[in-house]
Amino acid sequence: MKELFLLLFASIVTSNIALTYFLGMCPFLAISKEIKVATGMGAAVTVVMTFTSLANWLINNLILLPAKLEFLQFLIFIITIAAMVQVLEMFLDRYSPTLYSAFGIFLPLITVNCAILGVSLFMVLRSYSLIETIFYSFGSGLGWTVAIVAIGGLRKGLIFSDPPKNFGAAGITAILAGLMALAFIGFTGVVRG
Amino acid sequence: MAEQPGSGLKTPQKGYRLFQKKGIKVFIEGVWHNNPIFGMMLGLCSTLAVTNLMANALVMSLSVTIVVILNSVITSLIRGFIPDRVRMVAYMIIISTLVIAVDRFLKVLLPDISNALGPYVALIITNCIVMGRAEAFAINNSPGLSFMDALGVGSGYTLSLMVIAFFRELIGFGSLFGVRVIPASITPLGLFAIPPGAFFALGTYIFFINLLRNRSKKEKGGSK
Repeated sequence: MKELFLLLFASIVTSNIALTYFLGMCPFLAISKEIKVATGMGAAVTVVMTFTSLANWLINNLILLPAKLEFLQFLIFIITIAAMVQVLEMFLDRYSPTLYSAFGIFLPLITVNCAILGVSLFMVLRSYSLIETIFYSFGSGLGWTVAIVAIGGLRKGLIFSDPPKNFGAAGITAILAGLMALAFIGFTGVVRG
Repeated sequence: MAEQPGSGLKTPQKGYRLFQKKGIKVFIEGVWHNNPIFGMMLGLCSTLAVTNLMANALVMSLSVTIVVILNSVITSLIRGFIPDRVRMVAYMIIISTLVIAVDRFLKVLLPDISNALGPYVALIITNCIVMGRAEAFAINNSPGLSFMDALGVGSGYTLSLMVIAFFRELIGFGSLFGVRVIPASITPLGLFAIPPGAFFALGTYIFFINLLRNRSKKEKGGSK
């Protein structure tokens, strides 16, 4: 149990998927201007991430590995992700219109979010068990949400400051993300202790 | 410029300055105006992750270039047969197949670097550059032009990655391609080798590119 908790904590904070592995950078830099939008995207990513890595774990361990088809992993994973996103979208549309209107628009974008595929790949590389996969993928989703919401908040503060013009919106966001990544690395001691 | 990363994927953008003249022009557009890193802000995950060492960055950018070129040419060749509604899926399948091929090549030829790159080779699949070029250019253009465009974008990506990796390895490890160039008495600044350094390097890189761009704009404006 302690290991699982550590895994969850590590995936949220110390090995944050956005800030240490740089996954999901495109939306991270592009749509983090509004905290509300960032939260919606984060929630959608967390849900999709948990479900897809669960599905990919099952497919990988029950079908691909016994049939010695590991080389098809990338292709199968990306198809699974696209299918899961589609199903989730239809499900939300049918059963929860409010939720659908809240983050339905983010769902199609998620198919090409590298964080989702990245988590499935890391799960294979580190050969996690089923329960570890659930904790890891949920934690990674939460971590990504924390990161994008925090950077959304930091960018709000930019309105009142006057960075060199040549940085542009993207440059200064990258610098901000760097400072945040430094802060998150500071938590490393907590896991060791 | 930075605010439209998704736009290249949804609708073919006529305003991308793509359709001026042929060949060389398309290539230069790819390297400079449509440069994936500082022009369109695409494919940043790999940029940040693999630039700590120059060797990694070189292998990664060559892999991306090859995938972009092959994908653009293939998409362009079969563009008449892809029904509009399923084109995203078609791209995905072509790209995944190409990436699987590249990954297996690297595993055999360069096992060390393949290990170091870890999942980032597989993540070329979701790299918006590849799909972006297919959607914004190859689907509407001949294979020859698509080849030039992909080559340009690939070279632009390679260029950006190599510049960032050069400074990160030099400052972070004091070496270039694994060969120590700074005297041992000087301690390298390890910050640039770890993840936060990647963000700082990218931010600084964008800063200098913008500086260059604004300056050339001013000169053009002044000479008129």
